[in-house]
Amino acid sequence: MSDEEVKVGAGETAQATPKPAGKPPLSKERKQQARRRVLRTILLTGGVLGAAVSGWLPLAYAQKKRLRPPGALDEKDFLSSCIKCGQCVQVCPVQAIKLADLVDGFGVGTPFIDARAQACDFSCDAVQCILACPTGSLTYHKPDFLAVRPGAKMASKPVLLAKENDPEPTLNLAERIGVARLTRPESCLAIQGKGFKGQARGAAFGGELRYMKVDRWKPIKVADHPYDTELCDLCVQACPIKGAISIETVFAPDGSQRKSPVVHESCVGCGVCEMICPTEPASIEIIPGEGWRA
Amino acid sequence: MSSGLKQRFADQIKAMFGTEPRKDFEIAPAAKEIHFFKKNNRDFIAEKLHARAHAEHKNTWRNRRWAVLILANLLFVVSFYFDIQMLEGALTASRFVGFHLIDLNSALQVMLAHKHIITNLLIGTGTVLVLWVIFGGRTFCSWVCPYHLLAEWAEKIHLFLAKKKLVTDQPVDRRLRTVFWIVFAVLALVTGYTVFEAISPTGILSRALIYGPGLALLWVLALLIFEVFFVRRAWCRYACPIGLTYGVVGIISPLRIKYTLEGCFHEGDCRKVCLVPHVLDTVIKGRAVDTEVAIGPDCTRCGLCVDTCPTGSLKFDVKGLSKLM
Repeated sequence: MSDEEVKVGAGETAQATPKPAGKPPLSKERKQQARRRVLRTILLTGGVLGAAVSGWLPLAYAQKKRLRPPGALDEKDFLSSCIKCGQCVQVCPVQAIKLADLVDGFGVGTPFIDARAQACDFSCDAVQCILACPTGSLTYHKPDFLAVRPGAKMASKPVLLAKENDPEPTLNLAERIGVARLTRPESCLAIQGKGFKGQARGAAFGGELRYMKVDRWKPIKVADHPYDTELCDLCVQACPIKGAISIETVFAPDGSQRKSPVVHESCVGCGVCEMICPTEPASIEIIPGEGWRA
Repeated sequence: MSSGLKQRFADQIKAMFGTEPRKDFEIAPAAKEIHFFKKNNRDFIAEKLHARAHAEHKNTWRNRRWAVLILANLLFVVSFYFDIQMLEGALTASRFVGFHLIDLNSALQVMLAHKHIITNLLIGTGTVLVLWVIFGGRTFCSWVCPYHLLAEWAEKIHLFLAKKKLVTDQPVDRRLRTVFWIVFAVLALVTGYTVFEAISPTGILSRALIYGPGLALLWVLALLIFEVFFVRRAWCRYACPIGLTYGVVGIISPLRIKYTLEGCFHEGDCRKVCLVPHVLDTVIKGRAVDTEVAIGPDCTRCGLCVDTCPTGSLKFDVKGLSKLM
């Protein structure tokens, strides 16, 4: 423990003037020990700060935005306010929410939804993740000082089909977390005029969805609910929000008529259409953080 | 409180921020008498040394502490795994049967980064503050933090290797922890990201236990390897801002370790097992300012010294309780 008596650091030069008590001059060995300790301190400082600050790199080089749970603040504010506790993960009835890993840098431990694997189907009816959030990262009421992304604000509160006949049929959501887009129209079965028969995502798919006709309260496996349609409209059938998507007759550039899924303003970006889409890869996808454009 | 005790109380707060403890306190007459007595009673001390040689080593407090630490972390895991909703969340923020609990350092990071405080955050922070004022500040470190347990095991490996002369402890300047605390607070405030939370081994481990392991554990592993081969208990001693935050809470906590001068014969075994030996400077021969001295706020109340002390000179104590009873 003799090391403890060795003082080092920047403050030392100021104290170098002899005190009345008079510190004995340090031996050569002590001086060397002190110097080594300064070097080790610098090493530890560099290591810890380097590791900490390197968490910024994944944000800077991110290829794709994460889809955050419903009610999430905008990405920057979300990352500053999320305390990384995972309480939102714990309350989700379909386990749609996962926590990000080291590759997300500062976002490590923050919740996100991989809609293709398991989308948020609002099985909880009340957006439980927002209720669970202790810091307001997921919120019903965004604080006034935070700006609203263009197109993020919902024209009216979205109606949850499952609650359509209830006295309060809406989801208390003021902003959307993204918007569904037909990103691969060429592969969409409806556009090709094809139907669909069988399990939407194959027998091995583990994703769950609440089917009102099967069980009002309990989500079941998508694989346990095969479809049979003349013209594929799985995205429309599965969508939990009223009037968010429909199959419409559209005109192709060459003037020919065909059917196509069309996304409407009430889309909240939950990702159920992306999960259920039977083509591989999905023809319809959620663009995280995207606003509504007419 | 004697003037020496008062001075020491203030000095121990300074020592928590990284200064070396002072040695020149005014010593109370009663304590002086004991110091003098010890100097002149070699036979008496020899007799005590003999008794000490036959004293058996206990792990009472260590076992209790490990049990509490493992149970607390297990409660999080079980709560989620079996969906019993007892203790939901992770160590950074949770709900105990519905009551918000929020880690003070994580809350601070979020408040500084986000610059907006909602009621739930405030309630949770308040609850945890009261909890650790009662139980002693850094008690969180040794009785709850999962990294502390891993670091303790890594320390055992380090000490084994040190005994074999394969490694030596390479101490680092203790002021570094204060520097880190300030740097991470400023980083949160300026960048708007909770930078420290990304590398906090406490948060990483807690989430890994509850939600499953991930790559972030590599950082924890790197820290442990550093501690085994280079700097004994590097993270807890010299780096972790969480420890400093809870240490500050410990200043006003009534639960602490109390040192009784009379029976002690200054062998320093307690300082050898201690995570923060600067709080035990008072056990060095001739240093104790009074017959009874409270150990400073940087103490994690882990109880290793209580287990190690062959004379019972170090004991858990609640301030004022003995007067009440």
